[in-house]
Amino acid sequence: MSALAKTHLEPALSVSNLTTVFQTAAGAVTAVDSVSFDVMPGQVLGLVGESGSGKSVTLRSLMRLVHAPGKVSGRVLWQGRDLLSLSPGALRKVRGGEIAMIFQEPTTALNPVLPVRIQIEENLRAHTALNGRERRARAIELLELVGIPAAERRLDDYPHQFSGGMKQRVMIAIALASDPKLLLADEPTTALDVTIQDQILKLILDLRDEFAMSVVFVTHDLGVVAGTCDRMAVMYAGRIVETGSVRQVFAEPHHPYTRGLLGSVPRGGAERTMLTSIDGTPPSLSAIPPGCAFNPRCDFATERCRAERPALEPFAAGRTVACFHHARVAATGAPA
Amino acid sequence: MTLALPTVRARKRRRIRRLGRLPLTFLVGGLILAASLVLALVPQLFAPYDPIAMDYNAILSPPSWAHPFGTDSFGRDVLSRVISAYSIDMQIAIFATTGPLIVGTIVGALVGYAGGLTETLFGRIVDAVISFPFLVLVIAIVAVLGPGLGNMYIAVGVIDWVFYGRLVAAEVAVQKRLDYADAGRAMGYTPARIIFRHLLPNAITPAIVYWMTDMALAILLGSSLGYLGLGAQPPAAEWGVQIADGKNFMSTAWWISVFPGIAIVVTGLGFSLFGDGLAELLRTKK
Repeated sequence: MSALAKTHLEPALSVSNLTTVFQTAAGAVTAVDSVSFDVMPGQVLGLVGESGSGKSVTLRSLMRLVHAPGKVSGRVLWQGRDLLSLSPGALRKVRGGEIAMIFQEPTTALNPVLPVRIQIEENLRAHTALNGRERRARAIELLELVGIPAAERRLDDYPHQFSGGMKQRVMIAIALASDPKLLLADEPTTALDVTIQDQILKLILDLRDEFAMSVVFVTHDLGVVAGTCDRMAVMYAGRIVETGSVRQVFAEPHHPYTRGLLGSVPRGGAERTMLTSIDGTPPSLSAIPPGCAFNPRCDFATERCRAERPALEPFAAGRTVACFHHARVAATGAPA
Repeated sequence: MTLALPTVRARKRRRIRRLGRLPLTFLVGGLILAASLVLALVPQLFAPYDPIAMDYNAILSPPSWAHPFGTDSFGRDVLSRVISAYSIDMQIAIFATTGPLIVGTIVGALVGYAGGLTETLFGRIVDAVISFPFLVLVIAIVAVLGPGLGNMYIAVGVIDWVFYGRLVAAEVAVQKRLDYADAGRAMGYTPARIIFRHLLPNAITPAIVYWMTDMALAILLGSSLGYLGLGAQPPAAEWGVQIADGKNFMSTAWWISVFPGIAIVVTGLGFSLFGDGLAELLRTKK
């Protein structure tokens, strides 16, 4: 945990009731449902969940990158301004300049027909007043910063001349070109192999310190969360079901889904036990079960869970959970 | 910097080696087109006679050493006329298609990016235009404007751009949903910058390839209109005009129509081969 995260400042980013609905031929699909969270300056927040839980859409909704027919509502407060109601021109200044984003697939997130120098300089051109020579110098500096060897010689290379890990480094260099204060990372290591993954995560954390950035980290990998995040928010079927500091949540999950997720990950150092899986599959977003969305897969479910949807409520300092039986879940402890 | 020298040399070597791997269609088509362009630019260097000079002592003479392609009913040298016609017909190929390429690409990029109602509306316009046979529509417009090359370019331009627009719009609509387009938006770039700097270079390949085919089609169209008396006007040397000149003598002096016909086929083939090769080249590069 960084020192900054412990001090109680105003949140850098404050999201409330973020809701993203896609109007499809088969009816409205709510991909993100009343999601609220804060990110403190310098903090790394992990958004965790299975595929289809709405974590990536949440991230894209923050930046208004959701494609039609998606509709985003709610409030995204960034330094006193609501990003969702900002004019396109003002939004462009924030995007890339103050908030940057990196994507899951570095191969598709870089423009294949432009050399990386142009792609880095383009960001500098859009957000800084540097001249041509300064931009070039900054581009070299950035490539060196993200650990690309012989940066100067690689400036005019095209994305396909880089390996996957190197491409993600280039992507990060582009994203960081204009000193953003918040980095949104959409599963930045999922497409990379494990050793490279570790390097990229270290890089992001180093850069977090260097640039004093906040980071929102979307991932399905609890190992990544444990290694990089300060706080975490667990998402299921478009809603946040549990939040807390990473240490607290890992030590004492209060939501049966979180408990199930943790039980499905092997842990080093512990006694070798059977890994448990969560029965069933996540619901389709167009057919979310009534009551608590998790109830058909839940060992703790009661009649109430099938009829009524639990709200996300605080139960201890810095912790919230959306479960009627969270005390019982916590008391049961880690899954066998 | 000490490493730069061998790199440059290696790149040059790689470039030379790459030339040998070019598709055969690309090389053959390119060769035909290069030759056609030379003939179009300096026909006087290759034409043995003045293409419109009449020689009443050599009317309808069959191919011989003096007139390798024979002479027509006015005693004009068919070879010289076929060569001179390269100027007009290559001009038709380029002039009639370049405007539509540019306009169609820009409109298509904007429409594809905008999507939604704009794209639907554009789709209906395209449907309306392509539901008419191309030639009939062009003839109708030329009939209104009056015959001649200039009016033919206008007539073709009015219609032809929708084909490019459709190709580019479809490709941009695909590209705009890829991550790099979102990355551009996430970086705060303007829509204009994303469309023309990022999406277009990735979306223009089909339009460029179609452009080659379209130039072959333009030559066919131009010579068809020339044949019908709506395009290039006699006595200008143009292949369609020449074929029309020879149509009354087909059974006795076949050479008047056949040699311009062969020129059309060869040039059209050149564009088609080059287009095929280009498509292959651009595809493998991705």
